[in-house]
Amino acid sequence: MKLQAKDIFDKLKSEFSDSIIEIKEDKGSDPFITVDAKKVLDICLFLRDTEELSFDYLSSLNGMDYKNNLGVVYNLFSTIHNHKITLKVILDKEQPSVPSIEGVWKSANWHEREAYDMFGIKFEGHPNLIRILSPYDWEGYPLRKDYKTPEYYHGFKVPY
Amino acid sequence: MSELRTIETEYSLLTDRLRVNVGPQHPSTHGVLRLEVVLDGEIVVDVIPHIGYLHRCFEKHAEAMTYPQVVPYVDRMDYISSMNNEWSYVMGVEKLMDIKVPERVEFIRVIMAELNRIANHQIAVATFGLDAGAFTPFLYFFRDREMILSIFEKTCGGRLLYNYFTVGGLNYDIYPTFVDDCLAVVKKVRETNAEVMELLIKNKIFIDRTANIGILPADVGINFGCSGPMLRGSGVPFDLRRVDNYSVYEKFDFEVCVGKGEVGSLGDCWDRNIVRMREMEESCKIIEQAVKNIPDGDVKAAIPKRVKPPVGEVYCRTETPKGELGYYIVSDGGLKPYRVKGRAPSFVNLSVLPEISKGYMFADLILILGSVDIVLGEVDR
Amino acid sequence: MGLLNRLDDPYETGGVILGTVEDLLNWGRGRSDWYLHFGLACCAIEFMAMNASHFDFMRFGTIPRPSPRQADFMIVSGTVTLKMAERIKKLYDQMAEPKYVISMGSCANCGGPYWEHGYHVLKGVDRIIPVDVYVPGCPPRPEALEEGMMKLQEKIMNQKLFGKKK
Repeated sequence: MKLQAKDIFDKLKSEFSDSIIEIKEDKGSDPFITVDAKKVLDICLFLRDTEELSFDYLSSLNGMDYKNNLGVVYNLFSTIHNHKITLKVILDKEQPSVPSIEGVWKSANWHEREAYDMFGIKFEGHPNLIRILSPYDWEGYPLRKDYKTPEYYHGFKVPY
Repeated sequence: MSELRTIETEYSLLTDRLRVNVGPQHPSTHGVLRLEVVLDGEIVVDVIPHIGYLHRCFEKHAEAMTYPQVVPYVDRMDYISSMNNEWSYVMGVEKLMDIKVPERVEFIRVIMAELNRIANHQIAVATFGLDAGAFTPFLYFFRDREMILSIFEKTCGGRLLYNYFTVGGLNYDIYPTFVDDCLAVVKKVRETNAEVMELLIKNKIFIDRTANIGILPADVGINFGCSGPMLRGSGVPFDLRRVDNYSVYEKFDFEVCVGKGEVGSLGDCWDRNIVRMREMEESCKIIEQAVKNIPDGDVKAAIPKRVKPPVGEVYCRTETPKGELGYYIVSDGGLKPYRVKGRAPSFVNLSVLPEISKGYMFADLILILGSVDIVLGEVDR
Repeated sequence: MGLLNRLDDPYETGGVILGTVEDLLNWGRGRSDWYLHFGLACCAIEFMAMNASHFDFMRFGTIPRPSPRQADFMIVSGTVTLKMAERIKKLYDQMAEPKYVISMGSCANCGGPYWEHGYHVLKGVDRIIPVDVYVPGCPPRPEALEEGMMKLQEKIMNQKLFGKKK
């Protein structure tokens, strides 16, 4: 049975009361639920294993740079009930760290490596957290808003 | 009749694992992909893909360009089926701005996307045949693909990368003989497909090489996030055109093709290929129905000259020939996006390669990689 | 003029041709170049289309070779990223002299659409290897690449093999 975002929020709130922070629903924009970073693994296991929710498909996982903090956005979908939800966590900019959900959905493996490569977010418990798109000895986190393109890399001039 | 002799030695043969690099430049890897393969003799023990050789910083460019200027960059992600990429992104921005496009635009978008789906599957099966050692389907499919590319060229000027869809509609209208050209393409595609079915797909050598190779179980596929013909080849009828019912797809009558394990097991390489061949036929059906009923009207909705969506975010996805392409677009109310994340189907489909290729021979690994159908522009963005 | 007209057009008299050895060798080299099978990005698809029957690249006498040791020239088709740049230099070094490079497409010429904010894109393959012919376009039409090949053949015809090299 297809559930709306508010119903999913109520179900989550009844199970993990304080870890679910808020739901934001605006016209034209997708609704999202902000959750506490430390409880993300338990929340995802609950979302996958509960019968009425059955979120068995992780569509996308990406990092975000809100100018004062970093964040991670999870887009989930259920192939059985045909409903979807977006979760968000807000992280500290100096030491961004969140539990890895690679054990829940295997597709998170490469997505989390990309978020680490582009933003520097550490995923605890990830089996192989190394860079994936940039070269293995690249310095800096490219998609952060304050990133400066390097001048030289291995002797090649980078700017135009 | 002599008996078979066995030789007994005092020592056991010492073998060691061999690490082979299938490097970025290799005729069989569909682009610049590096596979580190651990072999025990000829059997594959582990495969580690290394990507990033075509990382062109698409997401950084998207933050520096205005919304319509991002469309050519989106084109170059999956460069074989550019119309589908553009559609996904443009639909996301239109959702944010709450724009309803005219129905003529929706019909033309469906026709262009389905023509591009046929073109993409032609390349997929042609290069898969090349990997398996068959050169003729490559020539047949590329000859037919020229007919589709000439339709695109007459409409918008580009053969491979179009910049045709725009926020609120299309950049150009269709030309006068568009409908006749589309029907001619459909007729030719059906003829060639029948030939290639006899020549390649039902060929005993091809079946021996691809049946029972690279089996992807359905639950593993869903957990890994696979989509498109990769998942449908394992029997899961997951097609976003029917699940999300976006645009005007509910008006058309077509089937969702799934693999049934007709030769070999369910979810092997042969199943994925037959799904692609059958999808070409379903696309022909959709094009025939669509060209008969294109409504009249304008090709652009009434939108302000400067595209400025309100503050918000959206995750919009469509069914491209390779799978689910999603764009997560965050807007802060300005002229340029705050963040655009492209969720590419090839990126996710490639991550399942180590899982499905353990225990097969090295030559089979190349075929499994070909059946995943990746495009490195999407994987690395 | 002497050698070329006689070789390219059918001649009725038969017998003796007058020309230089250099011309003969260059004519043979230019019309049987073997290229390294190497495609990077979108331009590689137009390159594959050029190999197919509609545009037919093989009539120039070219055959794809998988190994750089057996190739005469290399067509760099697509964006060159910093991660790939070292490998391209290695491939170029492995080719035996005389070798040529055709840079196909906007990205290989000068960085293409990624020139401004591409932190991982090498702005033009001529920063690492010497290029002989540039073919503009994004992607160039197959006919444009064939014209590039003809320009390369012209360049080979005018090369000096014997005598003091400048």
